[in-house]
Amino acid sequence: MSVMTMVKAINNALDIKLNEDQNMVIYGEDVGMGGVFRVTEGLQRKYGADRVFDSPLAESGIVGTALGMAVSGLRPIVELQFEGFTFPAFNQILSNVARIQNRSRGKYGAPVVIRFPYGGGVNALEHHSDSPEALFAHIPGLKVVIPSTPHDAKGLMIAAIESNDPIIFMEPKRIYRAMKQEVPEGKYTLPLGKARVVQEGTDITVVAFGAMIRECQTAIALAQQAGISVELIDLRSIYPIDREAIRTSVRKTGRMIVVAEAHESFSVGSELIAIANEEAFLYLEAPPRRIGGFDTIVPLAQGEPYYLISPERIFYEIGKTIHF
Amino acid sequence: MAHDNLPAIFHHFHPIEDKMLQIIDNEGNVIDKKRMPELDDEIIIDAYKQMLYERIADEMAVSYQRQGRMYTYTPNIGQEAIHIAAGMHIRGEDWLVPAFREMGTLLAKGVTMKEIFLFYLGNEHGGSFRNIRNVLPMAISIGTQFHHAVGIGYAVKYQKKEEVVFTFIGDGGTSEGDFSEALNFAGVWQVPVIFTVQNNQYAISVPVQKQTRSVNLAVKSVAFGIPGIKVDGNDFFAMYLAYQIAVDYARSGRGAVLIEALTYRLGAHTTSDDPSKYRNEAEEQLWGKSDPLLRLKRYMQSAGIRAIDEEQLREQYREEIDRQFADAEQEKSYPLSDLFDHMYTDMPDELRRQKSEYEQFLSWKEKRR
Ligand SMILES: Cc1ncc(C[n+]2csc(CCOP(=O)(O)OP(=O)(O)O)c2C)c(N)n1
Ligand SMILES: [Mg+2]
Repeated sequence: MSVMTMVKAINNALDIKLNEDQNMVIYGEDVGMGGVFRVTEGLQRKYGADRVFDSPLAESGIVGTALGMAVSGLRPIVELQFEGFTFPAFNQILSNVARIQNRSRGKYGAPVVIRFPYGGGVNALEHHSDSPEALFAHIPGLKVVIPSTPHDAKGLMIAAIESNDPIIFMEPKRIYRAMKQEVPEGKYTLPLGKARVVQEGTDITVVAFGAMIRECQTAIALAQQAGISVELIDLRSIYPIDREAIRTSVRKTGRMIVVAEAHESFSVGSELIAIANEEAFLYLEAPPRRIGGFDTIVPLAQGEPYYLISPERIFYEIGKTIHF
Repeated sequence: MAHDNLPAIFHHFHPIEDKMLQIIDNEGNVIDKKRMPELDDEIIIDAYKQMLYERIADEMAVSYQRQGRMYTYTPNIGQEAIHIAAGMHIRGEDWLVPAFREMGTLLAKGVTMKEIFLFYLGNEHGGSFRNIRNVLPMAISIGTQFHHAVGIGYAVKYQKKEEVVFTFIGDGGTSEGDFSEALNFAGVWQVPVIFTVQNNQYAISVPVQKQTRSVNLAVKSVAFGIPGIKVDGNDFFAMYLAYQIAVDYARSGRGAVLIEALTYRLGAHTTSDDPSKYRNEAEEQLWGKSDPLLRLKRYMQSAGIRAIDEEQLREQYREEIDRQFADAEQEKSYPLSDLFDHMYTDMPDELRRQKSEYEQFLSWKEKRR
């Protein structure tokens, strides 16, 4: 075991796989010197500039070339610098990466990992605070993964690299270095598509992922003081979504709220509420609710506290659903 | 696709031959007398003062950020000659479609340091530039602005106006598809747009040699049939002349121009960046000798232009800039409605609902205290 931040844990996962698989390459803007968040730090020195390298500043090019590499036997892991800069690559992602496998009737796949930091809470400029997971999860052919701890980040990243499907790997930048955790030094994987019960409880199910898990844990401590027993589920995988985990938990508690930073309308929360209705309607004691960001542009730093979901707000929403 | 009446300078400095327009050297000596713009001493002094103002504003912004009073900041240090030369040619009704590293041109257009500070203090009112005519907010998503400039150019032409559009991009930005697409549109539509590539050698840590195998960046104009020229971006007079010619060309309806301004980012990419991780001090020192302020000052000294009391001027600028920063800091009010009011011209009920639910939470929170 070794104590790691999420940045270190992802770096470690990339290191293990680079060492193991000669066909793996990593590239993107500033990736050679370690990337702006230092996730790829040291890898170019260790594995050489033909395996870990800077690309020209062009996201569409980064993702489009990754598709070409993937169909010809390489395993490209590409970094897009921020979630807001995935959009120049959106056409390649949606029109090609997600579709080549089906289009070629399985002749060619796209075992590509597209990784990028996302989410708010870092006092950033525009395009550096968004949570676009629903946009990617809506695209058939992609898997969308979001870790909430260093341990999960490593296991999920290795699983993502080993997957033969294209993976959108979203890294909650707010907690890149906010927590440290004991992480096994060797190789391990976590199954893609499986949620994790972070904490068991009986009165209400809270579903979250990424940086919101920590906020929920703080809120749950408040709820506990108020005598409310909360079950917390970390989705880990946005697509495929773990329907079974939602069914089991909501049938048990009869209540659910979803906490996610993205704009509330047409969000992952909307999807989870649909699942709760489909799988546990007769067990529900209160309407499932989404706690999300407003349907507004994520504001700059001075306005961001309104937009971000505080533990206090989560506690308030838990109370509202309990006392419905 | 031959150009009628293409000014001779575009032939002389054809980018394929990788020649560069340069008028003064690092010591401030005039090396191209024939092309030296005829400028009154007072105009030259004014240019120097504007460059100094931008430099000091930048230094102070970096120090406010270090003191924890401001969020991540993007300095302009070393690129002032480009910004001020452009600023001296941009008229009130001309358009400015910025990237994010041309503060001096924004100031010339009438933007205040207070607004810029407010933006970097995390308030959209600072970055809206809404009191200034014909300037778009900064483009954080690299490259996208080039298309906007071309669209504005089309509108200007369609409306038979005399306006010219100034737009900027970095060397890294030239790799984005939008850059090439926009040059192509501009060529096809023959719009009055002046594209400036500020080649400061780096895109964060990535040197320009990793962006392109082209001999230079001006040459990218050739494929799209618009004139291009590589200019010493640290030479105020060369930049002044380049803009003079480009503005004349664009305003007279002949079409777009691409200017590559060769310069160097003397500071960090942003205050979160540490250049020592990817470039060496020797290189920084070498480029330091070509500092545009130093070069212009040396010229002014050797040309016998009336000396200015720089120490006193620095003091005066520092005080003024500090006052503007204090004003921006005071303007910390950010009502909840600021998130919602500007999203739509016709606000959907859904947004009203979200806002009022949030207000209920706020009043619950207030009571809980
Ligand atoms: C589309 C897009 N991709 C990535 C980024 C992140 N980013 C911000 S500045 C920068 C480097 C820009 O380099 P250059 O174009 O040379 O301009 P400079 O910063 O040197 O002025 C990058 C990659 C961005 N802002 N937009
Ligand atoms: Mg640059």
